Amino acid sequence: MNRVRQQDLGTPAPATTGTVEIEIDGLPATVRAGTSILRAARESGVDIPKLCATDSLKPFGSCRMCLVEIDGRNGYPASCTTPVEAGMKIRTQSDAIATLRRNVMELYISDHPLDCLTCSANGDCELQDMAGAVGLREVRYGFEGANHLDAGVDASNPYFQFDASKCIVCSRCVRACDEVQGTFALTIEGRGFQSKVSAGISEDFFDSECVSCGACVQACPTATLMEKSIVEHGQPEHSIKTTCAYCGVGCSFVAEMKGDQVVRMTPDKDGLANHGHSCVKGRFAWGYSTHRDRVLDPLIRDSIEEPWRKVSWDEAIGYAAQRFREIQTEHGRKSIGGITSSRCTNEEVFVVQKLVRAAMGNNNVDTCARVCHSPTGYGLKQTLGTSAGTQPFDSVMDADVIIVIGANPTEAHPVFASQMKRRLRQGARLIVLDPRRIGLVRSPHIKADYHLPLLPGTNVPMINALAHVIVAEGMVDEQYVRERCDIDSFEAWKSMILRHENSPEQVAKVSGVPARDIRAAARLYGRAERGAIYYGLGVTEHSQGSTMVMGMANLAMATGNIGFSGCGVNPLRGQNNVQGSCDMGSFPHELAGYRPVQDDEVRGSFEQHWGVSLDPEPGFRIPNMFDEACAGRYKAIYIQGEDVAQSDPDTKHVEEALANMECVVVQDLFLNETAKFAHVFLPGTSFLEKDGTFINAERRINRVRPVMPPRQGKDEWLITQELAQALGYPMNYANAAEIMDEIAELTPTFANVSFSFLDEVGSVQWPCNDSAPMGTPIMHIDQFVRGKGLFIETDYVPTEERTNRKFPLLLTTGRILSQYNVGAQTRRTDNMVWYDADLLEVHPSDAEVRGISEGDLVSLSSRKGEITLTATITERVQPGVVYTTFHNPETGANVVTTEHSDWATNCPEHKVTAVQVTPASHRSEWQNQFDENAKRQGKILETS
Amino acid sequence: MARTRIFVPRETAAVSVGADEVAIEIARQAKQRGDSIQLIRNGSWGATWLEPLVEVGVEDKRIAYGNVEAADVAALFAADFLKGGDHARRIGPTIEIPYLIRQDRWTFWRCGLIEPLSLDDFLAHQGFTALQKAFDIGADAVIEAVKASGLRGRGGAGFPTGIKWRTVADTDSDQKYVACNADEGDSGTFSDRILMEGDPFGLIESMALAGFAVGASRGYIYLRSEYPLARSILTRAIETAREAGWLGRDIRGSGFDFDIELHLGAGSYVCGEETAMLESLEGKQGIVRYKPPLPAIEGLFGKPTVVNTVVTLASVPNIVNLGGDKYAGYGVNRSTGTLAFQLAGNVRRGGLVEKGFGLTVRELIEDWGGGTASGRPVKAVQVGGPLGAYLTAAQLDTPLDYEAFTGIGAMIGHGGIVVFDDTVNMARQARFAMEFCALESCGKCTPCRIGSTRGVEVIDRMIAGIDREENYDLLVELCDTMEGASLCAMGGMTPYPVRSVLKYFAEDFSAAAETDV
Repeated sequence: MNRVRQQDLGTPAPATTGTVEIEIDGLPATVRAGTSILRAARESGVDIPKLCATDSLKPFGSCRMCLVEIDGRNGYPASCTTPVEAGMKIRTQSDAIATLRRNVMELYISDHPLDCLTCSANGDCELQDMAGAVGLREVRYGFEGANHLDAGVDASNPYFQFDASKCIVCSRCVRACDEVQGTFALTIEGRGFQSKVSAGISEDFFDSECVSCGACVQACPTATLMEKSIVEHGQPEHSIKTTCAYCGVGCSFVAEMKGDQVVRMTPDKDGLANHGHSCVKGRFAWGYSTHRDRVLDPLIRDSIEEPWRKVSWDEAIGYAAQRFREIQTEHGRKSIGGITSSRCTNEEVFVVQKLVRAAMGNNNVDTCARVCHSPTGYGLKQTLGTSAGTQPFDSVMDADVIIVIGANPTEAHPVFASQMKRRLRQGARLIVLDPRRIGLVRSPHIKADYHLPLLPGTNVPMINALAHVIVAEGMVDEQYVRERCDIDSFEAWKSMILRHENSPEQVAKVSGVPARDIRAAARLYGRAERGAIYYGLGVTEHSQGSTMVMGMANLAMATGNIGFSGCGVNPLRGQNNVQGSCDMGSFPHELAGYRPVQDDEVRGSFEQHWGVSLDPEPGFRIPNMFDEACAGRYKAIYIQGEDVAQSDPDTKHVEEALANMECVVVQDLFLNETAKFAHVFLPGTSFLEKDGTFINAERRINRVRPVMPPRQGKDEWLITQELAQALGYPMNYANAAEIMDEIAELTPTFANVSFSFLDEVGSVQWPCNDSAPMGTPIMHIDQFVRGKGLFIETDYVPTEERTNRKFPLLLTTGRILSQYNVGAQTRRTDNMVWYDADLLEVHPSDAEVRGISEGDLVSLSSRKGEITLTATITERVQPGVVYTTFHNPETGANVVTTEHSDWATNCPEHKVTAVQVTPASHRSEWQNQFDENAKRQGKILETS
Repeated sequence: MARTRIFVPRETAAVSVGADEVAIEIARQAKQRGDSIQLIRNGSWGATWLEPLVEVGVEDKRIAYGNVEAADVAALFAADFLKGGDHARRIGPTIEIPYLIRQDRWTFWRCGLIEPLSLDDFLAHQGFTALQKAFDIGADAVIEAVKASGLRGRGGAGFPTGIKWRTVADTDSDQKYVACNADEGDSGTFSDRILMEGDPFGLIESMALAGFAVGASRGYIYLRSEYPLARSILTRAIETAREAGWLGRDIRGSGFDFDIELHLGAGSYVCGEETAMLESLEGKQGIVRYKPPLPAIEGLFGKPTVVNTVVTLASVPNIVNLGGDKYAGYGVNRSTGTLAFQLAGNVRRGGLVEKGFGLTVRELIEDWGGGTASGRPVKAVQVGGPLGAYLTAAQLDTPLDYEAFTGIGAMIGHGGIVVFDDTVNMARQARFAMEFCALESCGKCTPCRIGSTRGVEVIDRMIAGIDREENYDLLVELCDTMEGASLCAMGGMTPYPVRSVLKYFAEDFSAAAETDV
């Protein structure tokens, strides 16, 4: 195995097309017009020395190492900043150039420590390489002059350090922070010889606005910005490309290894979702995979009051199978089921749903997407014909107007947020629909044209009002609608939309957003050449989640904004494989590829392949499973990598359901909250151990490659396979690739997908089959997948969850950058330095009338339950709305959320809960119970 | 009976030697005496050595009294100076002062003559006639006139102005700009300031002309913060012009929109470099950009931008009024027209001398400057600011012509001429060149950022007599590196003065050591 050395062509590819003929060092070369001489030369195999140039950043021209001679021009132009011109004759080497380069290098080294042998960048230092390339042999200036050798090290960031003494002031870090990440946290302070890189205004990195995305570390050509893991362990010896397992952006990474130890995760420049960028989680927060909390032995116990017993794999799997069969015998075939995980690979998910359908003999399989993006699948399928977003991420670079609805990309999808911000800095306009003033509303060089701070729960009237303005003011793309959409449905929708109640003036009363802002935002989107909608769980996790998804699809169709680059309706998926887990047939009513289980032909194809007859009846959704369990009819469950006890709403109800079951099998990395109710614990693998595929929010199928063997000794798909076998169903894959082969065979949209194909092309966006052999970046080009686009009327049915005198505030929930969902991974990394606990954001006016000050302990209560947490007073939330995150189990944010859910998909209404906030002096009853339970389970663990 | 007009310059140099006090004293005594006067604060004629130069309007003449102090005022009244009476300070009619009449006043002709903030006075002196004419003849004809004049940028680089304007005019864009570089930071230069303080409407008209010629609707003046008086005068003038409809939308019914914003620098020399100036105008750090793209194509906020210095722009109205050929009749070879030379340093008669190219440095120093102030022999003359080469006494007959100067490794730059007598130690001047670069380097490119600091250290070692020969060779190579590899003229030209010292005054390195304490 070799290290993947990412090639650096020095400057970005030009936007131009066409080629020109030039001559480099006497040899003819055909190069792209508009290319820098530096890049043209490198592409032609001629390496011109460089330091300040790197192909992820615009040329800068400061290091003066890449000087060349051009016939007919005076002096020595910098090749990074000089574009090629037809007929140009370039010399990259001459005595004069050699002397200049060597003498410039001599100046660099006259202010640089001579500790190469003990330097953390030894072996991977561009300065060192260039000093070698130019043949520097002495520094005639001596080392007694002015220098920065005592500049000191800033080690405040947990993951990387800044050693100012090694800085060559090339500004690559500053430019990466600006151009790639878009945070503008770094600057060059001072001028001339005093110039130095500074985070904020002479702050350290930790206290600055730095978001630890790692772009600066990635860009640094020396040891100045260096991962602490490299400082500690040294340079890697081999590397493997894989895919991040955090959010749905699906960044490609190069895992850099020493043996089976990861020493660094580097974003892959060839990754089509991330183009070499990363965020703090993917780049740095991978240490959980070797955290001491990882459980590496199968565990069983007869009751949840008993201690766990470490057992062999055979015993654990045998025990689970035996209990499942006993329960089915006693309570019926449908008394058991399973939940697949959006954190696992497609192959792992596919075998779990297959186990439920083929081995358990029912369709009681659901996935954690139930609680996040199930309305996306439903709504987009109904209107457009495909349960997925319409665009690749890169499409945003063509958007003129961007609407962000109920999503907080800079916190939850940071790498895509950076791309979006890049587009916004180029001049695209921005509309934000969110109850909170999220980061995109105002940040360096970004300002939303309109922020519509609607009340939680009023998405549907808001989208209707936007559509109302577009229809009433004649901004409908009539030709598009006529040619591509179902005209009857359009007419029906149009008359519904034009109703008085959908006018901005009426919706203003419901949403709290001034009518003039609604009108202005609608006009901005309605008149856009290319308008794109991006949304998140702030859309789906409502009792009208599916209505809202269809409302957005209606709006996009009406304005002709589907089927082109720069447009579309784009869900920002929360988890790494939420798209894939849905694609794999994890829903109780759908087989792989979103095909109804009731459909005899579809079911027949699976029956034939699997050699069993399948139940034609859809099974239970997750909430039904819990309800049935509470009713005593649902007795056993196999849960793959989801912590339902923390992530699902109405925690007390979930806990009751779990406690009521006779056999709960949890397959996970850690003994999570759900495992406290489990009888069998099957240790799972982290993404670093998996072989398979993830599918990101843009339908991109990315390869996940194992960089180390499974730490608990068994691939996860194999655990499921052995469980199936123990249940008496023959499942005999030799490897994960064979699972994908079966998926491809059974799923038309995956027909041409295989591991070998992915290894060859890198990644592909489904549908990928004979009619789209290289995949489908943009959906619905020329016509909708369902034929004619279907407008669906989106009448507003308010949630039953309303504020009243007892619960006068609305609670909505979300995530922060450094933490990920229930925190199972990120809480086991140094990301904890940015995060002490879930905080409750309260508007100053709400705080004042309640006598709440910053940092006070407060009680947050709803009709479902009560928790206590710490308040933070901020105008990010509007009066009447409070907000918290759900990263910490002991917070118990979902103790207060309700049983309400989307009418179509049962996606829980996480985003709207009527609550009261009062000063508190002690933890809530639930939290005390939680503590006791944790203590008890802890004891049980110790004795196991 | 008409009031007697008395002119006392309100110009930084004059004010620095007491012009305000003189003006106050004249007003006070006139009131006391019951004399009816009209006190006019004009700009400076540029004969700085005569400041404060008080003029009295007698019939159709202006009688000049030089170096007037407040203490002289009573005696002047006593000498009946209101009627041009004789006095030790009396020089005679202003227009007969040889220092002035021997000049070629093309660009500065209104300076001193008019009341700077009086729009009426400006209009009475052909103000805005060039802009009006431009509206009649059209943008192309303006650019053609500028091309025909041979006018080259007076900021130092000497790039043909007409070609620059043509490039901006021919570049398609929804927005274009005129950026006036008034960051006059070269040592010994003050011509921009004299023009801005003495003829602010002239600059406004010039910028509007440029805007009309290239299709720009906005202009910016990037003014160095060390010019507070120019700031206040320009601010008032811009407001006045705007109120009178000479700036803003649809100027005087022409359909042409143009407005000007005044922007203050923050004390950085390198912001006089055009791309650093554009960065600073955009609100960023004053860091040099690489070229190409040229500002004429991608300038301010990425839009096509005319970047010209004050004097370049102010040369244009008369080119439009009188014709490019007429301007091209001044000067020699490819250095056509006039330049406002600025005499400073150790010289008896310092001041501004606008003269056609081609006269020699010696003529300037001797015929206008009257030799050194100290009376000692000239040892060296630095032309073109702190990055200009030092000329030896033997080189003083070099004609002031861009190409001739290039031929001797020197440059005319912005026309600043600083005279040194034989007491100067040129090794220290070489050190100063590197030190200045170290202080003012923006820090972007390595040769300038580190090289200038190393240059000071190497010269210090040479002065101290440490390995003088090796360090001499190292300094020569450092000069080669800075000149060949720097991103902009700051690092690229710092070697000019250093090299001239190494070449002509090498013996001063040992002399410096001896005088060292």
